[in-house]
Amino acid sequence: MNVVFKPDETFRDDFTFRNSPEAIRRFPLPFPEDRYMYSVNIEEHLPGPPGSVIEFPIDIDEHYVAECRERALVLAEEPRRFQALPHMMSSQWDCLELIMESLARDYPQHFALERRGSRWVWTNRPLQIHQTFTFGDPATLPQEPLEYITRQAQGDWVVMDQREGDLWCEAGMVTTQADWSLDFDMGMSFKEWHGPVPLAHEMGVFDRALKFLLNLRLNEPVRRLNWTMTIHPRLDTSPENYYKWGPDRATVTPQNAGNKAHLRVELQGLWRLPRSNAIVFSIRAYLISMQELVTVPKWARRVHRVLRDLHPALVDYKGLSRYRDAVVEYLAPFDDGAPTSPGTAPE
Amino acid sequence: MNHADTIVVRVVAIEQVTPQIKHFTLAPAAGGNFPAFSGGSHIIVVMRGVNRIHRNPYSLMSSPGQLETYEVSVRRMEQSRGGSHFMHDQVQVGNELEIAHPVNLFPLDKIARKHLLIAGGIGITPFMAQLADLRTAGVPYELHYATRSPEHCAFGGLLSEREPGRVQKYYDCTGELIDFEGLLSNQPLGTHVYVCGPAPMIEKVVATARERGWPDSHIHWEQFSAPPVGDAFDVYLARSSLKVHVVPDQSLLESIEAAGVEVPYLCRGGVCGFCRTKVVEVDGTLVHNDHFLSDEEKASGKTIMPCVSRARCSKLVLDL
Repeated sequence: MNVVFKPDETFRDDFTFRNSPEAIRRFPLPFPEDRYMYSVNIEEHLPGPPGSVIEFPIDIDEHYVAECRERALVLAEEPRRFQALPHMMSSQWDCLELIMESLARDYPQHFALERRGSRWVWTNRPLQIHQTFTFGDPATLPQEPLEYITRQAQGDWVVMDQREGDLWCEAGMVTTQADWSLDFDMGMSFKEWHGPVPLAHEMGVFDRALKFLLNLRLNEPVRRLNWTMTIHPRLDTSPENYYKWGPDRATVTPQNAGNKAHLRVELQGLWRLPRSNAIVFSIRAYLISMQELVTVPKWARRVHRVLRDLHPALVDYKGLSRYRDAVVEYLAPFDDGAPTSPGTAPE
Repeated sequence: MNHADTIVVRVVAIEQVTPQIKHFTLAPAAGGNFPAFSGGSHIIVVMRGVNRIHRNPYSLMSSPGQLETYEVSVRRMEQSRGGSHFMHDQVQVGNELEIAHPVNLFPLDKIARKHLLIAGGIGITPFMAQLADLRTAGVPYELHYATRSPEHCAFGGLLSEREPGRVQKYYDCTGELIDFEGLLSNQPLGTHVYVCGPAPMIEKVVATARERGWPDSHIHWEQFSAPPVGDAFDVYLARSSLKVHVVPDQSLLESIEAAGVEVPYLCRGGVCGFCRTKVVEVDGTLVHNDHFLSDEEKASGKTIMPCVSRARCSKLVLDL
């Protein structure tokens, strides 16, 4: 796919972010049926259809340049959105290699990686970066390896060390998150940082997910989709900045929901890292406004039904309580009650 | 094979390093480098024999910083079911084999303040790659390595050369024994102990460390069991509606695979728990040979690890 970047769009202030018709068609709708409940919906991260967000292990789309600029803006205000404990250095290099190799292999028109022993040359044309460095020597990069490469990648990245039969959140770059904080979760075990999630603990979801991840294999990454909603196309809905975005949730009406309310879908990928035996968890957020969503009739019907019938505990946990009804009212005229076809494809 | 993909390798060197151990150097048949890995990882080597496919786990011994080749050592087992004999007697330089991607079930703890490594015999293998990681990690470490005699001390010379002052060797033939009590009583706080070797050595180290108050999180061991030879029996796979005969020198897992039913696995050595399978019915006793199930789980008879465990019965029914 030949990506045409939209370098000037914004995720704050005037919110000029929009999806092109092509971006709408490839949006990863997370609802294969008209109702939603948790499941351990993990599948192998195998290549998907050409043009889809899962065609390649790491997706680059039309928002790439703008998202990297947004990340830089967040980091300038809050450098602690990137953190890494000292024992995570080998996993940082693993992540750098994973991202550079994926992008250079899958998007050769935009990225190039030349490896001569430990001397690497990295070219990122969209961001106009050309960097020669020594793999394994942090002094040869302008930032630590994970910060360096995730400033050039979409989505959040969390690295978990594996020890004592558990996974520990001990490095990451988190600037596009749905109301959670790396600073708060640093050093926590798998179940500690999933503590706030309702229902799922009782369902045994985290026991099974942890057991599965502890045995995650090299070269066999997995993925899952998760979702919530966000008012305005705001990537940085962090607890640290709650005062900026929290009040927006009280401003949604059936009249403005089409423009203001966005479905926020996270494509989450998990890779075993080779040198460190750590696991990297990528959380890539895709945003779509309700008025963009309803251009696909099947999706309008389905999202209307999912939101209308959502379990009250999930409405609360996902932070939808203030505006769910307004969004359902906006979507209702687009739902004629016709059955929807199975799966998530537009039609 | 139910791994996503295997790597075809060519044997580029074979060295007899002790009377019982052969050392194999492998290179990717397609050229280029192998995937990176961490010290303590093993690979499954797939050996296609005349009547049977063997899949044996071997620790990677080469340096994780050098990926042009992988190295493994294979001890010739007297009670071999075929795998080690195949490697020793059939495999020649230039032959091709298949391997699965590395898996690490014996990793170094990255927040340890000191690493205390204890090896017995062929148990040295996972430590060879770990030592390469430790040489650049900047954390204190030491290796205590017991073998029968200098002749059986594989890589003894290499280790002394690479790890001056950090390796202590012990020979049974001269009556030198590792003083586990002394060793485990005098370590700084934050030390992690790792042991790989014969079962009695592992048991002794683990028991001594626990007696001395070491937390379980600081005690690490790896022992791959070869599936022991046992009596023949029949297994019924309930979901597949299949009856499979298990002969004495073939494991339950191998027999099920030969019948075309896939069971997920990682280690094939009774360690990882991945192949754990529900027992529906058994008209005799389960012979648990794994290191994964707790004593209570073994006694309950509800699950079995088919990679190393068997049954003494005429009929075993599994949920497969």
